[in-house]
Amino acid sequence: MKKIRIGSGAGFAGDRIEPALEIMENGNIDYIVFECLAERTIAINQQQKLLDGDKGYNEFLECRMRKILPLCVEKGVKVITNMGSANPAAAIRVIKEIAWDMGIRGMKVAAVLGDDILDRVDKYMNCEILENSKKLSSIKSQIISANVYTGVEGIIEALNNGAHIVVTGRTADPSLTLASLMFEFGWSKSDYEILGKGILVGHLLECAGQITGGYFADPGYKDVPKLWNLGFPIAEVTENGDIIITKLENSGGMVTEHTCKEQIVYEIHDPSNYFTPDVIADFSEVTVKEIEKNKVLVKGASGKEKTGLFKVSIGYKDCYIGEGEISYGGSGAYGRARLAGKIVKKRLEYINLPVKELKIDFIGVNSLYGNHLSSILNDNKADFKEVRLRVAARTLNREDAETIGNEVEALYTNGPSGGGGARKYTRDVVSIASIFVPDKDIITKVIYEEV
Amino acid sequence: MKLRDIAHSRTGDKGNISNISLIAYRDDDYELIKKIVTAERVKNWFRDTVKGEVIRYELPKICALNFVMYDALGGGVTRSLSLDTHGKCLSSVLLDMDI
Repeated sequence: MKKIRIGSGAGFAGDRIEPALEIMENGNIDYIVFECLAERTIAINQQQKLLDGDKGYNEFLECRMRKILPLCVEKGVKVITNMGSANPAAAIRVIKEIAWDMGIRGMKVAAVLGDDILDRVDKYMNCEILENSKKLSSIKSQIISANVYTGVEGIIEALNNGAHIVVTGRTADPSLTLASLMFEFGWSKSDYEILGKGILVGHLLECAGQITGGYFADPGYKDVPKLWNLGFPIAEVTENGDIIITKLENSGGMVTEHTCKEQIVYEIHDPSNYFTPDVIADFSEVTVKEIEKNKVLVKGASGKEKTGLFKVSIGYKDCYIGEGEISYGGSGAYGRARLAGKIVKKRLEYINLPVKELKIDFIGVNSLYGNHLSSILNDNKADFKEVRLRVAARTLNREDAETIGNEVEALYTNGPSGGGGARKYTRDVVSIASIFVPDKDIITKVIYEEV
Repeated sequence: MKLRDIAHSRTGDKGNISNISLIAYRDDDYELIKKIVTAERVKNWFRDTVKGEVIRYELPKICALNFVMYDALGGGVTRSLSLDTHGKCLSSVLLDMDI
């Protein structure tokens, strides 16, 4: 039976490049998928594109392409990536230039367009926002981006037309991988059972090192060898949809039944209904079996007919967040940190700062789980030798947000004794609202550059 | 005994929803975990953090549970005032539960 080997080249926008190069060099892979687009990244990239029409793609695109293009040629590896972000067309122009400069010829690079619907978003103002059940019109003036999670269609078209590198914008993460399998095996777009299996391949690969021992180690309980040199995963997929997850022997990390189990359940909700643009995948009957060291057979996924709706991720200017931190140490540290927190709270009231929400945490005591759980974990003790006060607040303008950090910094000379290491941060918050639109509203278009 | 002795866990996030897996190290312990770690108990454990409901899904073939916790991330990853906006640290403390 025909087999395809797909490597995972990145699990997030800024992921390491060395493990990707290693599997391209020595992994005997047919494809490598770089998943580099978090929910909010595209909204930020959209703003860059507005300032400069040649920008708006992943900031590491050039750096990655310089390193991987020679290996694509030498090893015959095709690349599928969403590094195009808000501007796939500009991304492939850049890739073409890099390839040309490096003396590469005979390479076809495709950009999949059609996910960006910002110019048409007005027609969806009556749609309900998934996150807060309000109408989209409630944030109309704040919208800065609107991108549809598209499926496999454009990527398959690009591969059919001989593309070696396929660059998308917003595409559902696992669809990047599913597209290569449908192209290679000729899977039908209405064979939902097999598409569900293909989605599982993408789901297992999309966070790269998270299935090879990353985000897993817990010394004494779950030890992982050579985590500093974590290898990225390779999925060997058979035409019937069976998957073997593996990695290079000489790389760090490990592939075990348990690393695979953690990634199967990662960021899914109902395992029987994992919604994607191409299929509703069902992972509820999936099994894992270690067949050799660092080789795990994963099978049993299936699927149901897709919903016919595409999810749209809408970026909007939301608010500002200001933060300040300062540390207290030695005996009485927690008491001084609490006094410092009270001072800041009182100051914000005194200067009448318009704050939408305020949070005062004590790092080392209760910053991760709140008071109830933290007091259980700390056995109700009140003596901590190192406590860091953290004050965070949400505001409607930048100046107010900056005041938060300034008030914490002022504790140096105006607060309790021995406060040190003050830091302050201000950021403007771009949030995401999701709506659903009929898939027939979305037209995918593929464009090409060649050297 | 702590849950940590017989199970491992990983947290994921989508918007204002957190999901935590709970996976038995040994298949034999799955039934015990299923019996003890109910959605109600998880909701109570995270009562300061999780404001919405907790739904538990079962994956018996890999001896895993998946807890989907609504209104759990301080308004969502982007606008939360929490230090750990993604709730990544929630999984390790689920394992601190006494069993």
